[in-house]
Amino acid sequence: MIQQHTEAPILEVHDLTVSYNKKPVLWGIDFTIPKGVMVGIIGPNGAGKSTLIKTIMGLIPISSGFVKIFEEAIDKVRLRVSYVPQRESVDWDFPTNAIDIVLMGRYHKIGLFKSPRKADIDAAMEALEQVKMTEFAQRQISQLSGGQQQRVFLARAIAQDADIYFMDEPFAGVDAATEQTIIELLQKMVQKGKTVIVVHHDLQSVKKYFDWLLLLNMHLVASGPTKNVFTDELLQKTYGGKLSLLSKVGDLLKQHEFPHRE
Amino acid sequence: MTYIDFLLQNIHHVYIGIILICTASAIVGCFTFLRKRALLGDTIAHASLPGVCIGFIISGTKHPVYITLGAFSTGLLSAYLVDYIVNKSKLKSDVALGIVLSIGFSVGILLLTSIQHSNNAAQSGLDGFIFGKVASLLQSDVMIMAGIAIAVIVITILFMKEFVLISFDPSFAKSIGLPYEKIEFLLTAITVLTIVIGIQTIGVVLMAALLITPSAIARFWTDRLSKMIFIAIVASIFCGIMGAYLSSQIPNLPTGPSIVMFLSIVALLSFVFSPNKGIVYKYLLKAKNNQKILEENILKTIYQLGEANKRFDAYFTKKDILEKKIFQNFQLNKGLKQLKNKGYLIQSDESWKLSKEGKIKGQRITRLHRLWEIYLTQFLHLSPDHVHDDAETIEHLITPEIEDKLTELLGYPKVDPHQMEIPYKD
Ligand SMILES: Nc1ncnc2c1ncn2[C@@H]1O[C@H](COP(=O)(O)OP(=O)(O)OP(=O)(O)O)[C@@H](O)[C@H]1O
Ligand SMILES: [Mg+2]
Repeated sequence: MIQQHTEAPILEVHDLTVSYNKKPVLWGIDFTIPKGVMVGIIGPNGAGKSTLIKTIMGLIPISSGFVKIFEEAIDKVRLRVSYVPQRESVDWDFPTNAIDIVLMGRYHKIGLFKSPRKADIDAAMEALEQVKMTEFAQRQISQLSGGQQQRVFLARAIAQDADIYFMDEPFAGVDAATEQTIIELLQKMVQKGKTVIVVHHDLQSVKKYFDWLLLLNMHLVASGPTKNVFTDELLQKTYGGKLSLLSKVGDLLKQHEFPHRE
Repeated sequence: MTYIDFLLQNIHHVYIGIILICTASAIVGCFTFLRKRALLGDTIAHASLPGVCIGFIISGTKHPVYITLGAFSTGLLSAYLVDYIVNKSKLKSDVALGIVLSIGFSVGILLLTSIQHSNNAAQSGLDGFIFGKVASLLQSDVMIMAGIAIAVIVITILFMKEFVLISFDPSFAKSIGLPYEKIEFLLTAITVLTIVIGIQTIGVVLMAALLITPSAIARFWTDRLSKMIFIAIVASIFCGIMGAYLSSQIPNLPTGPSIVMFLSIVALLSFVFSPNKGIVYKYLLKAKNNQKILEENILKTIYQLGEANKRFDAYFTKKDILEKKIFQNFQLNKGLKQLKNKGYLIQSDESWKLSKEGKIKGQRITRLHRLWEIYLTQFLHLSPDHVHDDAETIEHLITPEIEDKLTELLGYPKVDPHQMEIPYKD
């Protein structure tokens, strides 16, 4: 069930295939997303959720197909796009403090060779305040709890002041109170017309949080408004029965070094 | 020019050379360290040896331009070879590094041997590149080093922000459209350059130590990158000068091992003495904790003896105390003496009683112990006979703020799970 939202989509992913070392992990993904919605990407471990986001951000090469954001290639609109990686993807023992991490969200505005100005520091503090982390601004990042680290990442994204946000599991390892803080913040952003796309694992809260869903398991099982897509049948298709056939064919392609398109 | 003049002049430029190399390698090394690329530094250093030889073979002289150019080419090549092997094969990066390092070094040694067997007189001293020979530095070498070191330092200052970003979070760096490949190339290039100017002094075998050890030392002392770089520079220059001096005093002691020896000593001292991370600090903290626990246990015991006797102004002997709670004899003696000195206990002959402050403190520990026992039974549903040992530790840790929260949470209970009364402040 793939609902195409054709009028002026803010994000268009067209027939996208992505491979690691010639083994496709995403097959023919094709969907659009309208402006100003909160989107959940749902699927089992290894479904390719992180890969999808990274590919949209242009961090992983595309085997075939294309991605358009604001009807442009990603490289033309990076200033308007923000990416929050999975928290475990960085080393939190790095010798720096929270505010310096948040300031990274301003780097594209600061430019090469220059150091942050007062306006940047103010924006960073403001972002920290929004995630309720003001008192931890000077704290060494390894001395923050997992949930606090996640909020620092979120503050960095807020400091970017983008129009579309991609977040990889922002709720992983945070407590209920922090999750509530974060979701309220994201909902506020959506009300202001921003689009927020979140990789999410907890099926309990899906209906409450998201207007729009992508169900993913190596291929796109469904995409559309939550009320149409969040059904037992489609969830069964997404989670039930590993797609062992697809995975096996992927292995074959890799073994024989086949191009996945002729 | 007298011999002394010559020596002075020589020493002078040698030490300038050392300072420059140590500064550049400390700065670049911090990034190598933070990006966890220590082994790559080692590989590049070893793989620059064949470049030194090729530079010599092509030019027929030890002119620093050819040597540097040769070393830079094979050093950079090795860095990309490692990447290439990792991307194109199933090998993990440690294997790729090992392969490139050993191939590079053995080719270097082969070339060096064949040069030594040729009859070119200019080759003497080329073997200094293996373990480093600071005395072989000429003024012209130092000029080249100075140029490169200053370039490295200036580039790092200019690109500090970007270097930090790609070291901390590469995918975010790419996501904001930073020219990641170019910046990474720049960082790799200045790393190779630094290694190349370092190898004549310290040798290819130990160059990685000069790159990594100062940043590892600095990391012990600080959590801030700017301070880390500063401390690394100071440590590096200090060890560089000391090492070079020592090797100039002891015949046949190569400079590399001499400098690395000083680096190791400073690293060891940092490991032992640095605050928060050092083992001495941890030891002192533990001793302080034990001291606190001992004193509080004695006060608590005497308080509870008073409780049992219904008199807090009575004197008790060591025997009384030991009947109530087990202490090692020398520990008890030490604790009693200290508590008397601090004014918590009053001594008369061989017996002791609580002073006013001592009573307050003993009472507080007793109260915390009992409150914690209630907490464990009520909130963690532990059975009353399992909570004592836990409370024995926690009673020493609870702060006044937590105490307030705890009493409030429990609703000012009157007795603990063993029906002992909870003594509140009067
Ligand atoms: N760098 C990589 N090289 C090779 N294969 C990879 C790489 N990263 C991911 N994969 C594979 O691609 C598939 C999709 O991975 P991805 O990380 O996108 O899944 P995910 O849906 O985000 O999973 P999770 O819920 O565990 O985060 C998995 O089979 C994984 O093993
Ligand atoms: Mg993932």
